[in-house]
Amino acid sequence: MTVLDTPAWRPRTDPAPLLPDAEPYRLLGTPDAARLDDAWLTTLYGQLVRGRRYNQQATALTKQGRLAVYPSSTGQEAAEVAAALALRPEDWLFPSYRDTLSVVARGVDPVEALTLLRGDWHTGYDPRAHRVAPLSTPLATQLPHAVGLAHAARLSGDAIAALAMVGDGGTSEGDFHEALNFAAVWQAPVVFLVQNNGFAISVPLAKQTAAPSIAHKAVGYGMPGRLVDGNDAAAVHEVLAAAVDRARGGGGPTLVEAVTYRIDAHTNADDATRYRDDAEVEAWRAHDPIALLERELTRRGRLDDELRREAADRAEEMAADLRRRMHAEPRLDPMDLFAHVLAEPTPQLREQRALLRAELEAERQS
Amino acid sequence: MTTATTTAGPARAATAKPVTMAQALNRALRDALAADPAVHVLGEDVGTLGGVFRVTDGLAKEFGDQRCTDTPLAEAGILGAAVGMAMYGLRPVVEMQFDAFAYPAFEQLVSHVARMRNRTRGALPLPITIRIPYGGGIGGVEHHSDSSEAYYMHTPGLHVLTPATVEDAYGMLRAAIASDDPVVFLEPKRLYWSKAAWPTGEPEPVPPIGRAVVRRPGRTATLVTYGPSLPVCLEAAEAAKEEGWDLGVVDLRSLVPFDEETVAAAVRGTGRAVVVHESSGFAGAGAEIAARITERCFHHLEAPVLRVAGFDIPYPPPMLERHHLPGVDRILDAVGRLQWEEG
Ligand SMILES: Cc1ncc(C[n+]2csc(CCOP(=O)(O)OP(=O)(O)O)c2C)c(N)n1
Repeated sequence: MTVLDTPAWRPRTDPAPLLPDAEPYRLLGTPDAARLDDAWLTTLYGQLVRGRRYNQQATALTKQGRLAVYPSSTGQEAAEVAAALALRPEDWLFPSYRDTLSVVARGVDPVEALTLLRGDWHTGYDPRAHRVAPLSTPLATQLPHAVGLAHAARLSGDAIAALAMVGDGGTSEGDFHEALNFAAVWQAPVVFLVQNNGFAISVPLAKQTAAPSIAHKAVGYGMPGRLVDGNDAAAVHEVLAAAVDRARGGGGPTLVEAVTYRIDAHTNADDATRYRDDAEVEAWRAHDPIALLERELTRRGRLDDELRREAADRAEEMAADLRRRMHAEPRLDPMDLFAHVLAEPTPQLREQRALLRAELEAERQS
Repeated sequence: MTTATTTAGPARAATAKPVTMAQALNRALRDALAADPAVHVLGEDVGTLGGVFRVTDGLAKEFGDQRCTDTPLAEAGILGAAVGMAMYGLRPVVEMQFDAFAYPAFEQLVSHVARMRNRTRGALPLPITIRIPYGGGIGGVEHHSDSSEAYYMHTPGLHVLTPATVEDAYGMLRAAIASDDPVVFLEPKRLYWSKAAWPTGEPEPVPPIGRAVVRRPGRTATLVTYGPSLPVCLEAAEAAKEEGWDLGVVDLRSLVPFDEETVAAAVRGTGRAVVVHESSGFAGAGAEIAARITERCFHHLEAPVLRVAGFDIPYPPPMLERHHLPGVDRILDAVGRLQWEEG
């Protein structure tokens, strides 16, 4: 025995079990799909159709000037929906700005989920009521929050988990590293879901990381990494649900990389033709998450006109409701500028509030 | 000041045609890359895409992706790497995609960029330009409209510049890149699409860093401002004519160094000053400016120096931002209060 073998200096974990599979894990279209029951696949199908319609409706609302901007998750509906469905009500979701669909799938009212992007208020829902953190725009900054919340829950003896979402680009930020390290050191009940959709605005993954995969990064922190086909709703749900259960049960954090593709531009304000080929987009359309489910349901003889119509009708109802409510002018009160800056406003804030009130009064009278 | 004042400006155009501020900045980067092989542009989406505001449009194509580089998405990494590149003799020009996304780089900025010259007794000056689109008024959602100049002004060891016109955007960016000191170069987002027929004359020499300019002489009171608030102040000065007020407007252009001579001379001429900026007023840029005016011009002042600034609140959502941003009325109200002091 040399000093190199003393416990404090010896690598504590065997990396092998932490390593992700060489290929993204898939279920749909494989023999393993046999264990999935029809009802579950039908549920997923309905959710994804609804999610796709939500993305289309939100994009349309940008054209009608009803949303300031919309980062669409078209093509990513499987991972968005699976993330929400993998959680129990008492668990927490930490979404990024692209994940309003996940937030909606978790049960938040779509109008409330969209206030950030409409621009009437930053966070339109009550995070505590839904156990959904505010949509995070500064990339990866929400990940340490998820770790802290999960840690606090464990300290409090509550068996819950947090699921934090981030994009492939966000994994380059220091906060990503720090969050994963804390999570592993503290064995916090948290799951990190990276949606690798190929791009960070215009920057392809190859310029973002030289790692064998994003999932491999987990090994360096001492947590398992899982690589999954992000367009296979059944597979990504299974992997996330297992990771969340493991976290809840005290098994520690997991990093999940869901391989997917951003079918639309970064946002409605972006011109994706400047940096990628249509051919690539078309290739990914052939691996569409809804099409994958449809194929599976067809194989089982379960995809009839009725199922299609029912899913489409439900989606249409949601879209019509969203459209109608988003076409109404939001209630705006300029005095809200001063609400909730601090529990107790400073003397200067009181003065500024009085100034604005006087201005608004003068405006009303003129 | 360490700035070279010799570099030539853009060649005279056959016919002056309208150019946006974004295009003028693009031209400045192109000319700087062409003039000096040590200049390297780096940031998020600056290569193939040409930047989200297209300020780096075409540069990667023209100079190659080693001179204009799409980096991994990490602001601390971008600025930290720029420090190393500058230590090795390069002249990095980094882009932070938006004001609020520069915060991850704050540690590199404060702990290294700003003090490297000082802590190495001058052995390692850092000729780094940090371009940051800043400010509101573009309908941006949360974290896309911050005005962070006060943080940078308060950090010794940095120059802090902000152009307000198309011509200045070009000249000041060339000056920033030519400077051997680190420059935080704040680009007012809402002026990116402002246009001017430019260039109109012979190539201009790159202006020295640190000179304010009187945009409009006046006799009643002086508005002291910079960046995104300049057009608002000019508009206010126009509107003030109706009240019989003749307002002067000073555009600081450089917050650090601060041109006390130009400001003091203008304020002495009127005896009244209002400092205008859209970032929050409390401990903001205006506090420093008002204090210096008071110190330098006390015996010429007919009224206290007033500030018109954004409220002391987190930047509001876009549908409410017009109530936050100082507008013509708020500026004229302040000028009105100056007159009260007189009576
Ligand atoms: C700290 C920070 N830096 C820069 C940005 C600007 N920005 C917004 S989205 C984006 C790309 C994000 O890419 P990725 O993490 O892959 O997520 P995706 O948009 O593909 O969902 C960038 C650079 C930001 N929001 N936050």
